[in-house]
Amino acid sequence: MSKRFVAIWFSFLQADWMIYHNPLLKEIPFVLASSDHGRMKITQVSALAKRKGIYVGMAVADARIILPCIEVLDDKPELANKLLKKISLWCIRYTPIISIDSFDGLLLDISGCAHLWGNEKNYLKDIISKLRSFGYHIRAAIADTIGAAWAISRYGKIQAIIKSGEQASAITNLPPEALRLSMYTLERLHKLGLYTIGSFMNMPRSVLRRRFGQQLLLRLDEALGHEEENFQSVIPIEAYYESLPSLEPIKTRPGIEIALQRLLEILCNRLQHEAKGLHSATFKGYRIDNEIERIDIVTNHPSNNVHHLFNLFEIKIGTIEPALGIELFTLEASRVEDIITLQQTFWAANSSLESKEIAELLDCLQSKFGNNILRRYLPDEHHLPERSVKPATSLTEKPSIPWPTNKLRPIRLLKEPKHIEVTAPIPDYPPMNFRYEGKLYKVKKADACERIEAEWWLSNELHRDYYVVEDEEGKRYWLFRSGHYNDQEKPAWFIHGFFA
Amino acid sequence: MDAAKNQILSQLKRDILPLQGFKKLRADNNINIGFRPIEKAFPNACFPIGCMHEFISNASSDIAATYGFIACLLSKLMQLGGACVSISTTDILFPPALKSFGVDPEKVIFINLKKEKDILYATEQALKCNKLTAVLVDIKNISFKESRRFQLAAEQSRVTGFIIRNQPYSVNTIACVSRWQITSIASELQDAMPGVGFPRWNVELLKVRNGIPGKWKIEWTADSFIEIKENIAILSKEVRKIG
Repeated sequence: MSKRFVAIWFSFLQADWMIYHNPLLKEIPFVLASSDHGRMKITQVSALAKRKGIYVGMAVADARIILPCIEVLDDKPELANKLLKKISLWCIRYTPIISIDSFDGLLLDISGCAHLWGNEKNYLKDIISKLRSFGYHIRAAIADTIGAAWAISRYGKIQAIIKSGEQASAITNLPPEALRLSMYTLERLHKLGLYTIGSFMNMPRSVLRRRFGQQLLLRLDEALGHEEENFQSVIPIEAYYESLPSLEPIKTRPGIEIALQRLLEILCNRLQHEAKGLHSATFKGYRIDNEIERIDIVTNHPSNNVHHLFNLFEIKIGTIEPALGIELFTLEASRVEDIITLQQTFWAANSSLESKEIAELLDCLQSKFGNNILRRYLPDEHHLPERSVKPATSLTEKPSIPWPTNKLRPIRLLKEPKHIEVTAPIPDYPPMNFRYEGKLYKVKKADACERIEAEWWLSNELHRDYYVVEDEEGKRYWLFRSGHYNDQEKPAWFIHGFFA
Repeated sequence: MDAAKNQILSQLKRDILPLQGFKKLRADNNINIGFRPIEKAFPNACFPIGCMHEFISNASSDIAATYGFIACLLSKLMQLGGACVSISTTDILFPPALKSFGVDPEKVIFINLKKEKDILYATEQALKCNKLTAVLVDIKNISFKESRRFQLAAEQSRVTGFIIRNQPYSVNTIACVSRWQITSIASELQDAMPGVGFPRWNVELLKVRNGIPGKWKIEWTADSFIEIKENIAILSKEVRKIG
């Protein structure tokens, strides 16, 4: 099937937007200007100002002479791009593939979309009338190629819809500017008296290349459809994407749930056939007042289980605000992975972390309470106890080094070592007693110290001498002395953990 | 006549057990905790799985001992692999220490939640997941109703649950098959050597459904429980030595 494109040209994009937001400006000719080489240069004119003879590129001082009552506003450089981006997202209702064309137009790939509006005429009429109702001065055209649609939208005078394969005859009478050429080439063409595309379209290619360079030929080929043109969509097309338009705006929770269920069934069916599962997915609802409501989910294991994924989304459905109604639902899987099918045991008495049920349980808890509630630890290559473990990145990650077993570690470790007061007989001996949280503990037994050096490449703490001690009641503690004894000051003692 | 009566009574006792949460175990699923006196305290003389156990600790210093004892039980439960979930408000367990009790620390998933209500929800969901081996939950206060939901979920899924109640406001009755209290006692090294020995606990089985409560002094050495003979403890009251 041949492709069809719509090119939309906003002739007064920023100016129209300003009028829309400040209707007072409608009656006044105004321009947008920005500083250029020390003078104010006009970057955008309003429709009214243009009629009075003001044009883009003129110095503000000159414009003031022609039209003393002219209003000059500051131009925000990012405004045009921002507006186009927003309009392109709005245009998703016409086609999913939209591209921003420089700073004053949009390109829509409408292949296979127009018939939903009956025919191309209705389709184009709908686009134009909707955008005009926002106050934009626009021109739009449909053609087989981006180049031809662009040319017709800017320079065409006869008809906006070019039938398939007729782009050559449609652009014959247009000026060479319609081909998106550089200033230099245009000047040369004009100098040689080539005022229409038709006047050089059929010249031998070698002649054209020699005189005007490769660009002219490329643009001509693109307009005529001999060359494919690159098209970069604003919304990247997700490989795993499903959409569901609704006949009437959906406002109720059951309605949203039905839409979600149906989209999940389609997507999961596809994933199951490809033996894949999704890791993260986004469910979006396009509201009729142009807002987009979205909910995201993340799973621990790739999953293609409709029931499970539905449960994850269901927790968050409450955050969707349908307002006047949602007219389009989409579901996309942003991260998809292969599912490794585990061999099932008949009597699954014991299981491992790879099991699907555990992953689903954790997904449910995470989507309810947030992603940071979950911790699983793996050994890390550090001696300091607080650095000796690291959080695992995934449920299936295996320890890269074996867990150290040669040194005794307390089952309960304080997050921060707590300061204690001690009575220690002589340096390098364990304390005789210590005071922790106002209570005095008498040490009955103690082990020899374990010295752990602070890692100088990470922090400049003092080394720690750890002692395992037992008090009168038989409770066991992990104490440490920070640094050496010296003449000036006594080293500080801390409690860091409790043994079983 | 008497023989017939006894037979009826024992049959009735057998029928009551499943109703009380002691489901008959599958033959291949028999967990041996390696300490007969404790196992004998339970009906059928085996440590019950697929039910809730309650651990009370009245002092915050006993919480480490409680977790130590539970870790020992876990190592027996997780002998054949499996995963375990620990739900609490703060990080209590230090994973590397679990290794010395025979539990693979990477198989323990820690879930930290702020509210007790959330902990209850998460625990019940975890207990319903039959692929877990055990669920540890650290919660101060729990009502009978909430605990019964746990017990029912555990019976259904055959997951063993451990409720650790650190200094509860009131020690109310909850629906568990047993209530334990673990306190540390002084360790001893062989031949009165100086230094700290293997962990020793005073294990009190305060309540057990249809079993015999008891009290034991045990030591955890490397990978098994050993009962401490009282007389040894008295003998070795030695002078404190350090170094």
